[in-house]
Amino acid sequence: MQTASAIPINEQGGAPWVLPSRGIIGMVCLIIAESAIFLIFVVAYIFYIGKSLTGPYPKEVLELPIFGTVCLLSSSFTIHHAVAALRKSDTRGCLLGLAGTVLLGGIFIATTAKEWYHLIYHEGLTVRTNLFGTTYYSLVGLHASHVIVGLIMLVTALGLSLAGRVREEHAERLEVLSLYWHFVDGVWVVVFTVVYILGR
Amino acid sequence: MANSTPVMEAIDQTIESKRRPPSDVITEWVSTVDHKKIGIMYIVYALIFLLIAGVEAIIMRIQLAVPNNDFVSPQVFNRMFTMHGTTMVFFVGIPVLFGYGNYLVPLMIGARDMAFPRLNAFGFWISAFGGLLLYFSFFGGDGLYGAGSAPDVGWFAYAPLTAKVFSPGNNTDYWTLGVLLSGIGTTATALNTVTTVISMRCRGMTMGRLPLFTWLMLITSSMIFVVVSPLTAAQIMLILDRYLGSHFFDTQAGGSAVLWMHFFWIFGHPEVYVLVLPAFGFVNEIIPVFSRKAAFGYPAMVAASAGIGFVSLSVWAHHMFTVGLGPAGNTFFVFSTMVISVPTGIKIFNWLGTLWGGKIIFTVPMLFCIAFLFQFLVAGLTGIMLAAAPFDWQLGNSYFVVAHFHYVLVGAIVFGLFAAFYYWYPKITGRMMSETLGKWHFWLFVIGFHLCFDFMHIPGLLGMPRRIYTYEASRGWETLNLIVSVGAIFQGVAVLILVYNLVRSYYRGEKAGRDPWDAWTLEWAVPSPPPVYNFAIDPSVNSRRPLWDLKHPEEPDSDYE
Repeated sequence: MQTASAIPINEQGGAPWVLPSRGIIGMVCLIIAESAIFLIFVVAYIFYIGKSLTGPYPKEVLELPIFGTVCLLSSSFTIHHAVAALRKSDTRGCLLGLAGTVLLGGIFIATTAKEWYHLIYHEGLTVRTNLFGTTYYSLVGLHASHVIVGLIMLVTALGLSLAGRVREEHAERLEVLSLYWHFVDGVWVVVFTVVYILGR
Repeated sequence: MANSTPVMEAIDQTIESKRRPPSDVITEWVSTVDHKKIGIMYIVYALIFLLIAGVEAIIMRIQLAVPNNDFVSPQVFNRMFTMHGTTMVFFVGIPVLFGYGNYLVPLMIGARDMAFPRLNAFGFWISAFGGLLLYFSFFGGDGLYGAGSAPDVGWFAYAPLTAKVFSPGNNTDYWTLGVLLSGIGTTATALNTVTTVISMRCRGMTMGRLPLFTWLMLITSSMIFVVVSPLTAAQIMLILDRYLGSHFFDTQAGGSAVLWMHFFWIFGHPEVYVLVLPAFGFVNEIIPVFSRKAAFGYPAMVAASAGIGFVSLSVWAHHMFTVGLGPAGNTFFVFSTMVISVPTGIKIFNWLGTLWGGKIIFTVPMLFCIAFLFQFLVAGLTGIMLAAAPFDWQLGNSYFVVAHFHYVLVGAIVFGLFAAFYYWYPKITGRMMSETLGKWHFWLFVIGFHLCFDFMHIPGLLGMPRRIYTYEASRGWETLNLIVSVGAIFQGVAVLILVYNLVRSYYRGEKAGRDPWDAWTLEWAVPSPPPVYNFAIDPSVNSRRPLWDLKHPEEPDSDYE
């Protein structure tokens, strides 16, 4: 169908017209929106520090999740490695990077699950116990849910990679995913600081 | 039709003659990912909710027209103002503005569609579902006569009113979930809009050449991320409180009701600017065309709009002067609220600068824009009054506040919106709207608006509190309230005329052709209605007014930029 755009086509041979990738812009927007959600939960956490009327209090029950934290933060390097490898058309390196990321993220979720199990069944802290329980489970849970969503996407990418369907031209898409994963890691730094350091 | 050739007109004809059986049409609309169809669906859905929320407003005004009235019960009155406010903000204001954004942004920047078409459809359906869910509450609990179990906690849903103890049953959950879903849809659409503007512009469409409406949609959408997300977070907290027994807003367990107010107004106040900036965008497009001049002070307009976007994020607590934040908090929010009048003033002067010395053509859209200018100015002035904390302490909970914010929401946003209806209708449907009916609509609405909201300030000053379902005859508010109610009915009739005009013109309106207003932005370069992929050939632009360049090759804009 000739719909004859009335706008003249000129300077076609001029300087190239390059625009940013829409995947990356979209992900950056999503990250800003998600950051605002996290910000509100962090503010609520900080606002309610020390305002619980009854125990248990954070000092009595919280332990620093050092191992899980180290795993999660190192997974930023593995996902970066996966993207960098794919850019160089090294699909094997990409596969290894993805597998490492899934493994490290999985370990992190497992440590969180263990921590929650301990808090619920041994310390008797639930979301309805007191303000600490309310804010703790909602903030850490919000982060954990983001890790789980990230893991689902990473496992999908890993599956496609195992099937040999991730190639160099998909590097940009993997980069979008890696941006999300870096964001989840960055948020953990904030959550860790607020919950396990300031909160105690 | 300055630049139409016989070939182009023939193409316009073929596009219009393609009519298909109804089942095909329904499937096509439900499954569409075309930004124009989604835009139209947004607009239609917002119009339906506008009528519903308008009926709710009329019910409230009938109840308040005379003292000691028992037209509705106090409970139903609470439901009416809750549903009216919630619907107008979440299911009329945001959808209709995003509907226009969806429709116009890709056309204006010379793109073939939004950046993520399927996400676009998702955003529409999820927010439409939110609206249906909210209204589904009418069928529950007390039955229809008692207005079902519609939410009755106010559109602000202050804690602890929303706690299980004070609001048993499901009505607050309908409110929370309905608004939460619409928030998700809004965020998805905002993300899509920002990505489209940044990464889908046609060749030569630099940021400095974006049409002003596109700029304002970009600023609004960027605000949505930091404005709607806090509300989403607060809604999640409220759901946790109500379902899992957590204590965010439970004062009995040390929680704070003021925290809800902060979270709500961090959304609630910038939201006004989220709604008003696209309305500014409409005015920014329409005034230059009907003044036959390029927009005055383009960079100042953009800078002022971005300034409004930034400053609006730090004004929320002026809704809470009467809560007792202390002098430091109040002072900060007094000043930040006052500061926002600076960029707003810049915009008003720029519009006046555009009108100044222009060859003004009084079409219906232009009439709405001119009324917008006056009313927005007055709304700003009462806004400054309320921004002064001592004054606000006196009037914080009175009808003066109601009058002020309706001056902004109706006097500015709805007028801008009506202008947009008349201005872009020819592009969307290929037919002109009736100017005669339009003038009836305009004058009835203007008269109704001023009867209603000018007079509403006075009972406020006389001490009439808002959210009361009736009042005694001895207070001296009776005549004023009657006038206000009459004004509300005038506006209702005017909106019915608009709807009649929209439907009638679709079948019997004059053929519009590609460029009925002799305008300058890219959307007028394609046939009306535009074909599915907008542009058969990717356009390329050299200035802010590409069609001007085309029509006046002897004096192109690009020479002056």
